[in-house]
Amino acid sequence: MNDSPLVVVEGLRFSRGDRDIFRGVDLTIPRGKITAIMGPSGSGKTTLLKLIGGQLTPDAGRVTIDGHDVHALSRKKLFALRRRMGMLFQSGALFSDLSVFENVAFPLRVHTDLPDAMIRDVVLMKLEAVGLRGARELMPAELSGGMARRVALARALALDPELILYDEPFVGQDPISMGVLVQLIRRVNDALGLTAVVVSHDIKETLSIADYVYVIADGKVMAHGTPESLNVDRDPRVSQFMHGEPDGPVPFHYSADDFYVDMLNAGKAGERR
Amino acid sequence: MMTRITRLGRHGCDLVEALGRAGMFLGQSLVGRPSAEGFKLWLRQMHFIGVLSLAIVLVSGLFIGMVLALQGFTILVDFGAEDALGQMVALSLLRELAPVVAALLFAGRAGSALTAEIGLMKATEQLSSMEMIGVDPLKRVVAPRLWAGFVSLPLLTVGFSVIGIWGGHLVGVEWLGVYNGSYWGNMQSSVDFVDDIGNGMLKSLVFALVVTWIAVFQGYDLVPTSEGISRATTRTVVYSSLAVLGLDFVLTALMFGELG
Repeated sequence: MNDSPLVVVEGLRFSRGDRDIFRGVDLTIPRGKITAIMGPSGSGKTTLLKLIGGQLTPDAGRVTIDGHDVHALSRKKLFALRRRMGMLFQSGALFSDLSVFENVAFPLRVHTDLPDAMIRDVVLMKLEAVGLRGARELMPAELSGGMARRVALARALALDPELILYDEPFVGQDPISMGVLVQLIRRVNDALGLTAVVVSHDIKETLSIADYVYVIADGKVMAHGTPESLNVDRDPRVSQFMHGEPDGPVPFHYSADDFYVDMLNAGKAGERR
Repeated sequence: MMTRITRLGRHGCDLVEALGRAGMFLGQSLVGRPSAEGFKLWLRQMHFIGVLSLAIVLVSGLFIGMVLALQGFTILVDFGAEDALGQMVALSLLRELAPVVAALLFAGRAGSALTAEIGLMKATEQLSSMEMIGVDPLKRVVAPRLWAGFVSLPLLTVGFSVIGIWGGHLVGVEWLGVYNGSYWGNMQSSVDFVDDIGNGMLKSLVFALVVTWIAVFQGYDLVPTSEGISRATTRTVVYSSLAVLGLDFVLTALMFGELG
């Protein structure tokens, strides 16, 4: 197996309006491993996945997947590259006009010439893996958020991609399906040898399956290492995040003026609308 | 003063940029090989955009034809020229009313629905997830809708004209007593296939391009929030209506300006 990393992110900069999301991020995602990207809400984890998938263009820096510079590819080549990736969206993003079965079958129908009987077998296998084989006739509007995410996972795995990007796979899952999902992500990784990127802030679950972890905060990589090494990291910011302490060097509040001054100024200025 | 000039300049830049985006969008959507799968998607959209607009377009056509005959008769009869009723109804419908009114109704019925549908797909990340599956939403979602709009509005316009002329006959001949032979005879001798029917259809085709383009682009380009969707839907109807009426004047001047 090729030893070079599958995804390399170099000097990535990205801003939205006046707000800098990334100020020089470097990451390498090794092949066949689960790499977790963690960080507080609003640290741009989802944005990072969209940059890797080529849906957003960085202000500076490069993202290469298997040697291809994602943002220098033509539209056609980018779409060809994406066939080798799967992405699990936070909302599930199922096609609302297709049933659960057809949603999972969609990538197979558009990218392969498989006969219907074989598509049916693959879809049922994928749905069985996420525990929703019985829900195949339902429409996405009839599913709960957690179920929709599991269907989306089945869809993302339908083509057995080389690289799979998970955006918050554990949010909104009950304890049972959470456990199953954690196992599932680990299992498909070991069985198929695919490369996974998990973006999450569920520390316990993520650390239990990740091979390597990056912690992002303030637009930069704050720390990286194996789960074991991060757990004993002495850096106060890392240990605050890893142990979920409310106060410390990483602020809980979105950056704002002094609270006292802000309250006294009510109705005077600052309200932009 | 300076800030106003700056703002004007920024508006100008934004406008040019939006036009450029819309142009790129149209080009990228329409260029491509036709496929059996694409044909199926197109057929589905023909149903949603064309067939489901049929009722409102035909009913409006009927009433407009009837009103035209009624109004036309009361004026023509003063000059003893009620025999020319068929000619008047047919020419008004074919040259002006059918293309314009059908396009306005189409913008309200199908255009707004297109914007809202595509906008909601964008807001719920369905377009994003389609991209990540490796399917270009411009080809899969946008192109079939554009082609369906281009084809269905001219066809709806034909339906509008036909039923409008029949409505004129209903009021003029059956009710007000214009001689049946002169209603149809005068129409036959005065309506020219190329000048009247051809130009009317050409207008309708132009309106179809513009209205569908505006509707689909507004949906694809909107800010993916509830407010964004409501604004974009409104913009679709307003921009399409203004574009249809403005273009109608230009096209009429070019087509019929020298006919006399």
